Amino acid sequence: MQEHTQLSHKQINEDLLKGVLTVPKWWLPAVSFLGLVVLTGLGAFFFMMYHGLGVTGLNRPVMWGVFIANFVFWIGISHAGIMISAILRLTQAEWRRPITRAAEVMTVFSLIAALHTPLMHVGRPWRVLYWIFPYDFSRGIWPNIRSPFVWDPSAVGTYLIASSLFVFVCLLPDIAILRDRAKKPIVKKIYAQMALGFRGTPRQWKLQILAGILLSALVLPVFVSVHSIVSWDFAVLIGVEGWHSTIFAPYFIIGAIHSGVSAVAMLMALSVWLYGLDKYIKPDHFDAIARLLIVVATTWFFFFFLEWVYALYTLAPPEIALRELQAFQWPYGPLFAIFIITSFVIPVPLWLFKRVRRSVVWMFWTTVLVNIGMWLERFLIVIPGLIRRTHMTFDWGTYHPSIVEILIVVETFAFVCLGMLLFAKVLPLVPLFDVKEGMVNRRLIKVGRRVIPATIREGLPHHYYEKKQ
Amino acid sequence: MAKRSVLGLYSEEDSAADALDNLREAGFEEGEYEILTGVPYPEGTFGEAEPEHKLYRWPLIGAACGFTIALLITAGTELAYPLITGGKPILSIPAMAIIMYEGSMLGAIIFTIIGIIFESRLPRIFMGAYSEKITEGHIGVTVTTEETRTDIAETALNKAGTDGEIIRGWE
Repeated sequence: MQEHTQLSHKQINEDLLKGVLTVPKWWLPAVSFLGLVVLTGLGAFFFMMYHGLGVTGLNRPVMWGVFIANFVFWIGISHAGIMISAILRLTQAEWRRPITRAAEVMTVFSLIAALHTPLMHVGRPWRVLYWIFPYDFSRGIWPNIRSPFVWDPSAVGTYLIASSLFVFVCLLPDIAILRDRAKKPIVKKIYAQMALGFRGTPRQWKLQILAGILLSALVLPVFVSVHSIVSWDFAVLIGVEGWHSTIFAPYFIIGAIHSGVSAVAMLMALSVWLYGLDKYIKPDHFDAIARLLIVVATTWFFFFFLEWVYALYTLAPPEIALRELQAFQWPYGPLFAIFIITSFVIPVPLWLFKRVRRSVVWMFWTTVLVNIGMWLERFLIVIPGLIRRTHMTFDWGTYHPSIVEILIVVETFAFVCLGMLLFAKVLPLVPLFDVKEGMVNRRLIKVGRRVIPATIREGLPHHYYEKKQ
Repeated sequence: MAKRSVLGLYSEEDSAADALDNLREAGFEEGEYEILTGVPYPEGTFGEAEPEHKLYRWPLIGAACGFTIALLITAGTELAYPLITGGKPILSIPAMAIIMYEGSMLGAIIFTIIGIIFESRLPRIFMGAYSEKITEGHIGVTVTTEETRTDIAETALNKAGTDGEIIRGWE
């Protein structure tokens, strides 16, 4: 990091709490609009619940439509939040400081959005209780723990609880700042309760730092397991030959990281534009995340290539037929082309240019393209896989998502945006204490004839230095 | 006997470190005084003792609990309602392993969170002597002691050059 701005703690408080302690002009119209979209989506859901799944485009053999594609997409987005935060914390990457919180919060809201669609997809959501917690002794209903549909809730549930608790613990010092800054007594009291009496003793700070590292180390294996299990929803199914792929778990994980890290970059751009955080999220941060994206996107493309190679090399008729359907037949062929172009062909070569990497506008639009592509990728895995005529299919039809499905899918996007805006109104999206720590640990040092910013590495207890002396 | 706390605020790290030295010279022991900051400083910046903790035990205990509960749920379910598949054991180890893995991780994470809160000595009901200036960058040195010794503490804090007046509070 070569860019260096030294700010006082007071200045940091003012800048980063502006969105919480004041109401920006755009906030109410934006929240109202998103709230309306969410309500419309919920209306569509209640309509579907009343009339049954017949109002969707689902039919034999396409029993999983955009709902499940959307589920996989949001699970993917949720992954990068914690992944980026955890890996950057564990490696003590300095550029993590302003972006970890937003990434973690995005994880929580995307996970909730991900859970929307399968719950709605079952038609009668309360029946999911019998499926996840079916210990109904009087009726003799028991879960089949060999089914991935039981593994899924255990993994996603673990991830949601873990990431929510992670966000809460890391928020404690910032809630304490809000407790000290809030003017209204009732608001002050609420923040005081939430801060649990945090005062900033060396013990509390030490545990706060350890919490970040320890929880990162614990959440990372969960993150890997969640998307592996989501991929097994497909890979272990007997009926769909095109999904029997051993590479699905790592392919899904790297795809999730690709779309998720792109979503974090989008979020960074939006934070700069909406909350004026350009003093904290600088071109250096975009540059760093774009470099990471080049690696992630290339690895993802390699796995995508391998999946195709393994499928075609066997010359198995079901595999050949599925690939032909995905890439060459209407309407999937054009969607396939858009998917490849938007998720790899356009963004990755552009990110090779420093000017693009350091531009907020370019980074925003290229990462939007990636997420369009990655949503289509999930669509192209789910629908063509099911629509293909097999020897076990006794009737079949085409699949067109109905307006009800589209409204519900749009609702999930509005829900995540609304959730983020409401969160940012109550709690800071940038971790203040982390940014301040970065300022405390940074000094300008002279090397030869240049003065450059240097960072003291945190993490070593002081007895380490005593022993060395 | 009720204890009182006093707080001195400093704008420089060195002054806060001097205040701690003065308190030690005045006969105050570790545990009677604390540094309060709005930002994590490198350990030992103010010459304070290294805080001891047992956080690393918490995730291990949590993982063991989570693993046991998941094992009991999965094995119990399969034994209570056996799904007989030709030539295969009733207890499906790969399927059980997935849920036991998630159970262990969930247990470890929940216990870690509880451990962090417990080891941080939170929740704290009474704030004692505290100033909102701490979250604006000031460094606070707080002494919690018997009412009779607060004057000695205030003198030691003032000697290091407090920024403003000493703040008093009840524990």
